[in-house]
Amino acid sequence: MNVIEVENLSKHFGKFKAVDDISFNVSRGEIFGFLGANGAGKTTAMRMLCGLSLPTLGEARVAGFDLYKDAEQIKRNIGYMSQRFSLYDDLSIRENIRFYGGIYGLTNKQIKAKTESMLHHLNLEEEANKMVKSLPLGWKQKLAFSVSLLHDPQIVFLDEPTGGVDPITRREFWTMIYEASDKGTTVFVTTHYMDEAEYCSRVSIMVDGKIDALGTPLELKEKFDSPNMGDVFLKLARKAKRGDN
Amino acid sequence: MFILFGMPIVQILIFGFALTNEVKDSRIAILDESKDEASEAIIHRLESSLYFDIEKNITQPQLVDAFREGTIKLAVVFPQKFSEQLEHTNAASIQLIADATDPNVATTLVNYASAIIYDSQNDLKGFKELPFKINTEMRMLYNPQMKGSYNFVPGVMAMVLMLVCAMMTSISIVKEKEMGTMEIILVSPIVPMRVIIAKMVPYFILSAVNIASILLLSVFVLDVPIHGSLLFLISECLLFTLTVLALGLFISTISGSQQVAMLISLMGLFLPTIMFSGFMFPIENMPVPLQVISNVVPAKWFYYIVKNVMIKGLGFQFVWKETLVLSGMMLFLMAVSIKKFKVRLE
Repeated sequence: MNVIEVENLSKHFGKFKAVDDISFNVSRGEIFGFLGANGAGKTTAMRMLCGLSLPTLGEARVAGFDLYKDAEQIKRNIGYMSQRFSLYDDLSIRENIRFYGGIYGLTNKQIKAKTESMLHHLNLEEEANKMVKSLPLGWKQKLAFSVSLLHDPQIVFLDEPTGGVDPITRREFWTMIYEASDKGTTVFVTTHYMDEAEYCSRVSIMVDGKIDALGTPLELKEKFDSPNMGDVFLKLARKAKRGDN
Repeated sequence: MFILFGMPIVQILIFGFALTNEVKDSRIAILDESKDEASEAIIHRLESSLYFDIEKNITQPQLVDAFREGTIKLAVVFPQKFSEQLEHTNAASIQLIADATDPNVATTLVNYASAIIYDSQNDLKGFKELPFKINTEMRMLYNPQMKGSYNFVPGVMAMVLMLVCAMMTSISIVKEKEMGTMEIILVSPIVPMRVIIAKMVPYFILSAVNIASILLLSVFVLDVPIHGSLLFLISECLLFTLTVLALGLFISTISGSQQVAMLISLMGLFLPTIMFSGFMFPIENMPVPLQVISNVVPAKWFYYIVKNVMIKGLGFQFVWKETLVLSGMMLFLMAVSIKKFKVRLE
């Protein structure tokens, strides 16, 4: 069953086609890797799917809801973790969880239960009342990911969640992604790390606003006759005409 | 760039030409109860002065109303049988009544008028041999002690509310945009209206506390009385608070960073509040284009209302027009900013 269906989706900024006619499907429980060089249009595409930005052309259904008609329903069924760190620095961990529970309309009882289990799971029980800004980046990112799953969304969108995080924490982060996927949550993730691309169930590679390759990491490696995903990516990304901006 | 090069030019022009403490063309009224030779001669003198714009043929009840509505700043009252008195006693007195809610203007006007009256004694030489004396009796309405605080309390109130509400609200929303937390709020199902209300409530409460402390301080420390209804005064203050909150919201929708929001608040709100509210520089003396501009400054209306309610003790029937203007501004700004508040990032 497909939880994301995208058909001929485009986003133009004036003459610049940030996203140029992309189509793909993502099925339930998949970890869908969304790769591309800087400026290839990944973030724009993801923002359209989250309802943060309106497409210029094309159709898309997210969690079974139409992107144009049911944007509010989509919002209830997705989680989002942005490229930039997205918790409130000047609130404590506990307050952040409460805040996000609140804006997703969870009851106080639900929030309380979720907070305890999340703190326990992340081993942050002792830090619960500390300001988020005092946490190391890796912990913040893990916390932000957990918070984006707070309302049990069908799909979670992660925009470069592991940028600037050390390899060990990245490993732990991916363990969390697998756990979420095992529970049936679809994970839509953009990344620059090619080793992470290997962990995905399927990968799409965007070049100049278009999807140039789509398949399981194994398929792509065979198709492009490469030993690893990094090589696949380089072969495709070199064709890009757009600069690195 | 425009700001760097444009601001000095605009400011020097505005401060140089438009904002003067001088008093020109002030509307004054003359109540001449004797209508005789001497009084006419003096009135003639007053009329030929550039400082005054004279309203004659006014009756006593009209005079009271004119002061309340603020249409005149000064009245010159000649007692009955002015000439006769001069003739027989070699002395007569003219009463000068000034609206002292703005003590500076009142003093200036009274001084001008006294000087002219003194000069006109020369005109009367032929009429009566010297020595004779015309006394001027001054009466400062609303503010007999000529306290400056009567003038600045309403002005400070407007400024503080402007700063707290407009600047802080706009910065607090723009900060979320900068931090990236706004994205998270926008992808959540929460309705924009709730975000806006949640952003406004703390500053509204803060302003209410500020209003209370300013009023308490001015009554008990500065001895500025509240002549009008306290409840009415407070509700007008809260109305103004809402208006500036809406203004802050509006600024936040048009600015992308905290610096821009701050700059717009300072240049677009703070300076105009000081210049155009009538609290530092009398609006009547500005060139017409600036007078027109002053109408869009909410603080001008608020300043007028507070001054009238607090110092003159007037009720709703005298400030309903200004209240209406403020309410209109508030609704307009609210509507525009709620509409502009982006549910999507673009």
